[in-house]
Amino acid sequence: MKKHLEECAQSVLDGDQDKAEELAELTLKDSLPVLEVIEHGFVSGIREVGRLWEDGVLFLPELVMGAEAMKKAMEILQPALEASSEKQEKAGHVIIGTIEGDIHDIGKTLVATMLSANGFEITDLGADVPVADFVDEAEKKNADCIAISALLTTTMPGQKKVIDELENRSIRKKVRVLVGGAPCDEDWAEQIGADGYAGDAVAAVALVKRLLKKG
Amino acid sequence: MSLMPRVRWFEEEDRKKIVDEAKEILGEIGVFVENDEALELLDGAGAKVDAGRVMIPASLVEKALETAPGRILLYNRDGSVAMDLGGDRIHFNPGSAALRIFDHKLGDARTPDTRDVRNFVTLTDALPGYSAQSTGMIPGDVPEDIADRYRVYIGLQYSSKPIVTGTFQVEAFKAMHAMLSAVAGSDEKLREKPNAIFDCCPSPPLMWSDLTCQALIDCARTGIPAELISMPLTGATSPVTLAGAVTQHCAESLSGIVIHQLARAGSPIIYGGSPACFDMRKGTTPMGAIETMMIDGAYAEIGKYLGVPVQAYMALSDSKPVDYQAGMETAMGAIVAAVSGINNISGPGMLDFESCQSLEKLVLDNEICQMARRLTEGIELRDDPIAKPLISQGLKKKEFLSLPHTMKWFRKEAYMPGAVIERGTLEEWREKGKLSAAERASARVEEILKGHTPEPLDSGTAGILKELMTEEAKKAGMVKLPAL
Repeated sequence: MKKHLEECAQSVLDGDQDKAEELAELTLKDSLPVLEVIEHGFVSGIREVGRLWEDGVLFLPELVMGAEAMKKAMEILQPALEASSEKQEKAGHVIIGTIEGDIHDIGKTLVATMLSANGFEITDLGADVPVADFVDEAEKKNADCIAISALLTTTMPGQKKVIDELENRSIRKKVRVLVGGAPCDEDWAEQIGADGYAGDAVAAVALVKRLLKKG
Repeated sequence: MSLMPRVRWFEEEDRKKIVDEAKEILGEIGVFVENDEALELLDGAGAKVDAGRVMIPASLVEKALETAPGRILLYNRDGSVAMDLGGDRIHFNPGSAALRIFDHKLGDARTPDTRDVRNFVTLTDALPGYSAQSTGMIPGDVPEDIADRYRVYIGLQYSSKPIVTGTFQVEAFKAMHAMLSAVAGSDEKLREKPNAIFDCCPSPPLMWSDLTCQALIDCARTGIPAELISMPLTGATSPVTLAGAVTQHCAESLSGIVIHQLARAGSPIIYGGSPACFDMRKGTTPMGAIETMMIDGAYAEIGKYLGVPVQAYMALSDSKPVDYQAGMETAMGAIVAAVSGINNISGPGMLDFESCQSLEKLVLDNEICQMARRLTEGIELRDDPIAKPLISQGLKKKEFLSLPHTMKWFRKEAYMPGAVIERGTLEEWREKGKLSAAERASARVEEILKGHTPEPLDSGTAGILKELMTEEAKKAGMVKLPAL
């Protein structure tokens, strides 16, 4: 079992999707405890990937490939976990997108990938997303958090509009809002009444975890 | 004639291979176009349109390249030529659209306001290294919705140099065109002697948003030169290899040339870009990376091969303050751009991934630009024999300083840098207060701003501009423009 857990972690660390898939299937075939394999195998792998990235040892392609391997394994294990009596602590549902008028996609996609790898349920609305769509989707999915990216000063005000719309619909208190993108910073987040700002994908994961714990 | 120092990036057969593959990409994978007018133009010309994705046949690309001019002239307010884009001729202008200014006294970046923009334009007007000005900063004291137009409004008043700019909103074009026309004299005069370049940026990979595509079409119709800014990011929004990025850049740019020439054949268009060697650690877009400069030089060579003028965002830095890194990256970029023969080099003054402008850096970079220009002039054999009789004369006098030949040539042979470049003795440097380059530049900024009065617009034109701008401001809910 210990060896299996180590192999699972290693497959994520190596960004080896085939291996992760194989190990996830083996978990089911041998009827190993799914929750333990997720939490002490794959999750510890993705944590290590995040740590090594923050330390400057790993680079973005390795971070993304690790997350992809993690996702692959979870696709197989998640249904089994839901069918079993074991309960994984629910990480939360995050609606993410780049605000309307802005077609910059890559930073937002990185954040979505990392959140997903860390067990969050993600609805990625893509780029150039109208204000109302963020809020509609959050209501529909009963989401815990909305993450809005803006890469232009001209589109930044859209982030505030999402918050205003949440206020209008009287659901601001139910959803955490985080903002990101090159022109944003802590001051901007505070100024528009967002719950937080993150400068990169790993920081975004830490922030969402912190926000949802508090909330 | 001297031999211009030039760098080559590809063998002839590889240039052809890149262009051929770019045409295949357009024909088989196609480009996504969000603008209805462009879709109609493409459809009408025989491209295959399928739910916004357009497959452009090679024949359309070739036809567009035939009508796109190989030389573009830009004019100063007085009608004299400011930029002659084409061949291997180089021109510099400051980097455009910074969100912040690095405040020397504050020692940090902050949001610029109207006064900063005016100072920036005034400096650009005064500094001889720059052939054109740019809408270099986005002022924070006017509504975001009209900031694009407002920058042009200030630029046209405080400098008579042509202006490199762009729109943030579709509706901005009309107002900006009206201001440029007012300065040129009429729409027709603006077409004959354009005083602006508009950047039009496709979204990598292979997409034209409604805004930027509309700008491309509007430019073609009005005769304002359009500048294609394709920006592949290696391994992030394009293949990770430098050659892969150059090929994607070529495909995106060719699609832009096709749309532009379909809107009006023969209109001026520039093969530019702002690619970057994506930073795999920080996820940033370093303009100071040597590989970014290599992609720039390489795509410029492809642009020349296609027969259109070329541009690049070079001679800038990712450093935050005006320090060693800032100078190093800027100078490397300027030199690579110069020896690549890039016609319009946009970038000076800029820090922090094209997001922060600095007045001090603009003054220092002015020196880099002029040194780069000197470099491209190469070494000329001015005399024949080259040196022999002069050495005889020098030996007789025991020096060369008093030779008429020295007097005749010394200013032409060497560029004389300004006082911001320290070429004095250690003693002198100590006496002057041990100043850094940024500190010397700061003093020079003050001096220029005090001493240089830009040629004012005639009161009639100034009045028209003010009226146009006030109208735009009102639409955005601003009753009174900030004091200039």
